[in-house]
Amino acid sequence: MTSMDFLLFIKGPMFSIAVAIFALGILVRLFEILALGRAHNYAAARGNEIIPGLKTIYRRFNPDPGTFKRSTFDVLVGTLWHVGFVVVLLLFIPHIELIQSTIGIGWPGLPNPVVDAVTAITLLGLVAVLIHRFRQPVKRFLSTREDYLIWLVTFLPVLTGYLAYHRLINPYPLALGLHILSAEVFLIVLPFTKLSHIFTAFVARYYNGAIFGRKGIQS
Amino acid sequence: MTQGANHFSLERGLNAWREEIDAPVASFFSSCVHCGLCAQACPFFVETGDPKYTPIHKLEPMRLLWEQEYTVWGKLKKLIKDRIDAKLGRESKPLITDEMLEEWEPLLYDSCTMCGRCSMVCPVGNDIHYMIRKAREGMVASGHSPEGLLAASVRAVNTGSPMGLQWKTLEVQIKHVETATGLEVPIDKQGADFLVLLSSMEIINFPEYLEAITKIFDHADVSWTLSKTCFEATNAGIQIGSKDIAATLVQRVVDAAEELQVKNVISPECGHAYTAIRWEGPNAIKRAYPFKVYHIIEVLDQLRTDGRIKTEGKEMDRLSMHDPCNLARKSGVVQQQRSLMDLVAGDFVDLQEHGELQWCCGAGGGVSSNERAEPLKLAAFKRKKAQIEEVEPERMVTMCATCRTQLEEGLEEFNMDIPVVGLTEMIADHLVEKEKAEQS
Ligand code: HEM
Ligand code: SF4
Ligand code: SF4
Repeated sequence: MTSMDFLLFIKGPMFSIAVAIFALGILVRLFEILALGRAHNYAAARGNEIIPGLKTIYRRFNPDPGTFKRSTFDVLVGTLWHVGFVVVLLLFIPHIELIQSTIGIGWPGLPNPVVDAVTAITLLGLVAVLIHRFRQPVKRFLSTREDYLIWLVTFLPVLTGYLAYHRLINPYPLALGLHILSAEVFLIVLPFTKLSHIFTAFVARYYNGAIFGRKGIQS
Repeated sequence: MTQGANHFSLERGLNAWREEIDAPVASFFSSCVHCGLCAQACPFFVETGDPKYTPIHKLEPMRLLWEQEYTVWGKLKKLIKDRIDAKLGRESKPLITDEMLEEWEPLLYDSCTMCGRCSMVCPVGNDIHYMIRKAREGMVASGHSPEGLLAASVRAVNTGSPMGLQWKTLEVQIKHVETATGLEVPIDKQGADFLVLLSSMEIINFPEYLEAITKIFDHADVSWTLSKTCFEATNAGIQIGSKDIAATLVQRVVDAAEELQVKNVISPECGHAYTAIRWEGPNAIKRAYPFKVYHIIEVLDQLRTDGRIKTEGKEMDRLSMHDPCNLARKSGVVQQQRSLMDLVAGDFVDLQEHGELQWCCGAGGGVSSNERAEPLKLAAFKRKKAQIEEVEPERMVTMCATCRTQLEEGLEEFNMDIPVVGLTEMIADHLVEKEKAEQS
């Protein structure tokens, strides 16, 4: 198998498989959460549920001052690499072209050198977060193999993308193939691990806001 | 736990969890990324530095059950494991054991006041204290709840009071109040507007409360009553995590209120009692109440807004305030106590993190009825102490008998000469005399 065959396989059948597993997996995941429902609440409400629920979705991007002070590194570096990841994912022109050819909608991207810099920052952020996970006592105590796994499957697409862009792996079809493969692994792993927080965190935040909102507190 | 062993079993515990796992719980477990931020929100972690007190870790056994039984991936993993075990001819290891629950008992009870602060901080939005409340149901059903709480629950069911206090004791106190004030304390008055409940802790430690409301309600012409059959507002069933006990205790309040045909029930200066009866009670008995429930602070603030409380003079020393978690963060009563403070305090300063982000005193959620938790209770108090030291008040004001006892004991332990007062009493001390008020 030449590197071109590899690339064609990764871009063709493998891509469809990964997208299918991702889409189905995340639907099942959301279904198995929402289907559990909530018991009827007989207590007279003090406040509304929906608006505070939606507000909490937004508010948890922006922690309270005490939490920021006590967990400054987590908040800053966590936000930095998450934003970097999303920017690179959604604003790199070849990614937009791929999305356009898959689902038919596109948008303007950022110039390549900008994306390149953001990628480097994201990589550094991810490495910093990993070191922090090893060193901070609570994080180390809580961490399981799964936490390191999701770090790795998040890190690899960014790393291989960076290496491919800078032609640090040769031949190029192999580099691109590895990059797309790592993105596919990410998609396949996502629904079955904590990576599902990408979607379920919105559900969790909504419920949190709704539960507190009913009692008249914005959480 | 030996007593009633046939009542409690691991399987019953797991079944209780199965009943408790709902969509929010599943969304929370699905979302946790083990970032550890919740630890920084919890006084038990912050003051001990021991990672095992990280809030989400307290839920690990319940999470295991959720993963295995409520996710496709977990079910698949179990299937494969069982296959392998069958092939190798060995018995499958149980996911959750009694030993495990025994290890988690102090985490779920001794080191958690269900204060809910972690729930305000988790960046993915997990309402952790919501899950801890649920997890306790399984701990009770499996026979892994603390002796102290169990004893309090049994006393509450048998005598009506978690401290075994009887009407006779309260009656003596009522007589004292009547002599001291020259006012009548109404008992079993049909059709009164408000049924007033008390907590045993308050009756024993802070008799000033009953005197204070007697004066205030007379001043504001409020129609109220006590009930001889039910005067206890706290609910040991909710602290320990037993819906059955909770329902029995709530039903007593409902029966008393219905018998006297009151329109409103007042929970005393006790945060726990308020959340128990206000938010959990109707769900314990599975029907809405035919009356409304208020915390005394809400009632006083409404009287203030209606112009029915007239005060004179102010406290001139530097005062700060402790918000009970149950009242502020968990029930949305934050502004009311501040408006009341304005009425009587000349030099009031809030603690830096207050209201929905206040720090727990360390004694709620059953911790104070659990002797084994004493050292942790004192450790958690150090967070409150640090907050108090920041603003250097001359006195602290609060509106929960449990918080007040903890503050008093804690401050004394650290040789800090800061008296603690109840807000209701402070208001009562400043009432304009009735005749004078009527003339003006
Ligand atoms: C773009 C897709 C996303 C990816 C690839 C991703 C991936 C990850 C990974 C791998 C971690 C663990 C990092 C570590 O080891 O510390 C993490 C943490 C986290 N994620 Fe995401 N995530 C994504 C989107 C989101 C979204 C949409 C939210 C919120 C709604 C979110 C909230 C968080 C939070 C709060 C943390 C903890 C940060 C910390 O440790 O301080 N993530 N994410
Ligand atoms: S703060 Fe939330 S996401 Fe982070 S470890 Fe605690 S529960 Fe998990
Ligand atoms: S509810 Fe309060 S005491 Fe319990 S784990 Fe959360 S922060 Fe800690």
